[in-house]
Amino acid sequence: MKKVRTLILRTGGTNCDKETAHAFEISGSGADLVHINTLIRNKSMLDKYHILAIPGGFTYGDDIASGKILANELKFNLKQPLTRFISKGKLVIGICNGFQVLVKMGFLPNIENKKSIDVESTLSLNDSGKFIDKWVYLKKSLESKCCWTKTLPEVVYLPIAHAEGKFIPKNKKVLKFLNDNKQIVFRYTDRLGKDEEKGFNPNGSVDHIAGICDHTGRILGMMPHPERHVSYLQHPNWRRRKKSDKELGIGLEIFKNGVEYMRNKL
Amino acid sequence: MKYARIEVRDKKGIYDAVAENLKTDIRDINIKNIKEIEYVQVYTLEGDFSKKELTLMAKEVLTDKVSQESNTSGGFSHARSKNVHVIEIAYNPGVMDPVSESAMKAARDMGIKSIEKGATSKKYVISGNLTSLQIKNITDKLLYNKIVQHVTDPNEKEKHLSSYSFKRVEVDLANATERKLAKISKEGQLYLNLTEMKGIQKYFRKLKRNPTDCELETIAQTWSEHCKHKTMMGSISYNKKLYRNLLKETVMKVTKDLKKDWCVSVFKDNAGIIKFDAKNNICFKVETHNHPSALEPYGGAETGIGGVIRDPMGTGLGAKPIINTDIFCFGHPDMKVSEVPKGALHPKRVLKGVVSGVRDYGNKMGIPTVNGAVCFDERYIGNPLVFCGNVGILPAKFSFKKVSPGDLIVVVGGRTGRDGIHGATFSSAELTKDSETVSSTAVQIGNPITEKKVLDTLLVARDLGLYDSITDCGAGGLSSAVGEMGEETGADVDLDKAPLKYKGLTPWEIWISEAQERMVLAVKPKKLRKLMKIFDSEDVEATVIGTFTNTKKLRLYYKGNICSDLDMSFIHGGLPKITRKAVWKPKKQDKKALPVKNKNLANDLVKVLSTWNVCSKEWIIRQYDHEVQGGSVLKPLIGEDNDGPADASVTRPILNGSKGIVLSNGISPGYGDIDPYWMAASAIDEALRQIVAVGGDVSKVALLDNFCWGNTDKPDQLGGLVRASQACYDMAKVYGTPFISGKDSLNNEFNTGKGTVSIPPTLLISAIGVVKNVRKTITSDVKTPGSKLYILGKTFQELGASQYFTVKGKNGGAVPKVNPEKSLKLMKKVASCIQKGLITSAHDCSEGGLGTCLSEMLFSGGFGAKVTLKNVPKEPMIKRDDVLLFSESNSRFIVEVPAEKSKIFEKEMKGLPKGLLGEVVKGKELCITGLNGKSIIRIHINILKKNWKKPFKRLMHEES
Repeated sequence: MKKVRTLILRTGGTNCDKETAHAFEISGSGADLVHINTLIRNKSMLDKYHILAIPGGFTYGDDIASGKILANELKFNLKQPLTRFISKGKLVIGICNGFQVLVKMGFLPNIENKKSIDVESTLSLNDSGKFIDKWVYLKKSLESKCCWTKTLPEVVYLPIAHAEGKFIPKNKKVLKFLNDNKQIVFRYTDRLGKDEEKGFNPNGSVDHIAGICDHTGRILGMMPHPERHVSYLQHPNWRRRKKSDKELGIGLEIFKNGVEYMRNKL
Repeated sequence: MKYARIEVRDKKGIYDAVAENLKTDIRDINIKNIKEIEYVQVYTLEGDFSKKELTLMAKEVLTDKVSQESNTSGGFSHARSKNVHVIEIAYNPGVMDPVSESAMKAARDMGIKSIEKGATSKKYVISGNLTSLQIKNITDKLLYNKIVQHVTDPNEKEKHLSSYSFKRVEVDLANATERKLAKISKEGQLYLNLTEMKGIQKYFRKLKRNPTDCELETIAQTWSEHCKHKTMMGSISYNKKLYRNLLKETVMKVTKDLKKDWCVSVFKDNAGIIKFDAKNNICFKVETHNHPSALEPYGGAETGIGGVIRDPMGTGLGAKPIINTDIFCFGHPDMKVSEVPKGALHPKRVLKGVVSGVRDYGNKMGIPTVNGAVCFDERYIGNPLVFCGNVGILPAKFSFKKVSPGDLIVVVGGRTGRDGIHGATFSSAELTKDSETVSSTAVQIGNPITEKKVLDTLLVARDLGLYDSITDCGAGGLSSAVGEMGEETGADVDLDKAPLKYKGLTPWEIWISEAQERMVLAVKPKKLRKLMKIFDSEDVEATVIGTFTNTKKLRLYYKGNICSDLDMSFIHGGLPKITRKAVWKPKKQDKKALPVKNKNLANDLVKVLSTWNVCSKEWIIRQYDHEVQGGSVLKPLIGEDNDGPADASVTRPILNGSKGIVLSNGISPGYGDIDPYWMAASAIDEALRQIVAVGGDVSKVALLDNFCWGNTDKPDQLGGLVRASQACYDMAKVYGTPFISGKDSLNNEFNTGKGTVSIPPTLLISAIGVVKNVRKTITSDVKTPGSKLYILGKTFQELGASQYFTVKGKNGGAVPKVNPEKSLKLMKKVASCIQKGLITSAHDCSEGGLGTCLSEMLFSGGFGAKVTLKNVPKEPMIKRDDVLLFSESNSRFIVEVPAEKSKIFEKEMKGLPKGLLGEVVKGKELCITGLNGKSIIRIHINILKKNWKKPFKRLMHEES
């Protein structure tokens, strides 16, 4: 059987690359850490892979704005190979800083299948004005077209760790499109998934949005870190949970879904 | 050459968190009449770019299309009115400006090569009816720090730095009188005493010449207290006893005496190394960055954590940093603005700056901060303490290094600039209201991404065996790094080869600059090409600046001109020995001193929980990433709602492994006022208790010491230091816990102009251990209603410097002591009961005593309890409930035991001090009955929690 291969893109300031690779590996994919300089020098190497992951971190210090400089670098140096990659039906995931990069390139949400990709939303400074590390509950949008989340339960528990995670769509039209097009994947919620608790939205995101996908459902971007919950030991309260819950971490499902999706296409 | 100014601001209707936070900060300094604030990010570019390129740059890179707007024609216009105040803050020349460097990279990525220079500044447009004094206060207290920034003047001309051409400068020591020697030391910021200056004079008289400026600086750096630890490594007469080397005869001696086979490298390298598993070792280092943090909290703390991360990176052949820990000591952050002494920053500003600095550097390096502590005392106002620690993991085979003659000296990472000159010697100075002008070059701003890039490439080069030795550039810069690496061999360095941030540096400035993010490697010439290729592939700068020789001499050149020719043996061994005098007068301790008893002990409990020392530090903890790398399996915040205080942290560094690293810190500065011996003993016992409370094993724990003291030229201060060191030996010997590394920072004093304030003698003990199976570790939150609660360990009437006495305004009392033999016995038993699954939660009983410990376990777990104090093991003299609740006796735990296992547990504990407190109940009420059987406390756990969280919530205006 052919093996799914994932390219984990890294550059100065990437720092969740190893645990993201670990998550893909235990999901059955091969995972290579590739520096952007290597990829720019050898653009066709992207074709050998089935999944592209842009992991968390502070690429180039998040100077100017989070993810901005890497987004710019990709846009001006790798736009064609990336567009080709996506048009071939392959998968992309951007986690935290990776999400910021995809949004600032315009690859997300990319609400319509347009020729010229434009920036339609942003991720900006949290309302608190500071970085926050916290475990949050996410409500999966059941009608979402995202192929990365198919087997997830409705409420998912994952950590966030960011200063610039406040999702803002360019205008009401974009937000409506996102809803109508089933591109909203995760919203921040309370532990019951009922949005009843006060203050469950950790950053002021519009419509409590925590993760979105593109119009194909194959590009996923999310602020929470699924790679930090691939083992039950990473759950902050594993010692308080029932024995039956002590299995793999729920974040792993996301990686498994992605790998499974690609395996079926091989 | 063109100049362009690009201004960027949020669009109308976008919530501007920067401006909103600033408004709150302004209200904090009692200025209430602010109407509006607009925050503008400014970029100034210089080069031969076209208008089209400028627009592209502004639109594509510098502005967020969704939330921001920009102006490229001179800047946004603002209403001209006496109520609109425009203030712009820019970096001082030569200070690191990471954002402008990144902006230039972005320009290159777009194919714009014509931008030669960039700079950033911040513009604030403040509307409101404000006096010029109010504007000055806002600017000085909130917007900038003159150490690294300045307020721009629109008429200001760009200052151009001129280049340097070599001139040999000699300092006339040959004919200098004693007075002249003292003057040379003082004016040159060398901080060498007269005996040392005379030693140098003698050396050069023998050579029949005068030293160059470069030579004198080299000696001053190497002999600085910071690098040489000459007080602790020096000879001290104390109580008719003569210590030839205090450190070697106490802290380091334990390690020698204990002979633990899992200690791999101790007190030799940049960090101490112990075994982790069959393939890997771990190393640990904690150090302070106090003086820079006092002057510029953000930059000081940032470069503090940045510096300590480079220690594991420079240990053995390089370790991968995996854990950060940070411990701070501040003045009370709610003190009145008017009471802050001149020259000192307000403690709240210090706290916010330090936390942001550690946050930004640690988070950007991708290292989890999993553990820490914060202490408060008014004597830390002018001289805060900032301890930063880092743990690294490295393959066992890379634990040692060796420089060979012929190896090339390669400097990797950041460029050298004028930042951080005299940092090493400055750390020996007393801080005064003038420090900010005299020593401003000692403070720097870091660039974590440069360090991260060095780390990424370094580990690749290490695994390929491309270098023989490595160390970091810390205090003393290249002087210390090359000087230490070449101690046994000798070294020739061409200072002009070192890459500079800007021109104009003199040779000695290049040599001792403490510019950040640099590592020094020793490389075999035949491996150089391959090594350089690795660095180059990820845009990391690396440069050969010299060669290690076999001359045993340190020779420095600038464009072929010799500017230093010193014997390594003199640099490292020439320091004249001085015997310092130490005395210690024991303080009378009135054990019976007690405050008037309050009828309502619930009120006292609430007050103790909301003291600055005890209260929740969640506001700080959440700003640190404690999950990155995925290894954190016992996090700093625990319990049902993830907000309870954890004891030690547990990290699983290998993601599919079972082994874990347990890490804790013990610190109790208040006790040092009574007796530094018992302060040290308490800190050690506390650090070990925390390890045991989570399921760690004391027989595999190593310790680190960090002494922060006042001026130890004063015999009584030195006496306290001797006592604390002696306690380190006495305790660690019995516990079987070797010290593997440490550091000291002396002269922590602040001169207010009216007198000198010395910090309380402070010893931080950091402990690190290895656990076989992280699945068997436990947290302190109670888990199940119906289970039993026990107190383990005996309570004494030890309330001196306790939180209870502080709340009551009571002085006197006895300091908590430690009986290490008994304590060890109990710790071993607790550990084995946890392994056997008999204990489901355990919490270390420390500051705030039994009452605090119990409250924390309950409100973290979300259950109440029915408890009696009757069975608490105690010394007979205790007759009062408040003493039992708040005494801070060491070597105690509270544990939760499942009801069905309580019999076996009691059998296991036979012969050890234990008392059944009661049981966890399903409700949310804590009910305590006292010694006479009557109810003394009935309180809802949510009220306890709320009060425990209140101080920071109120301080940061986050009360809901």
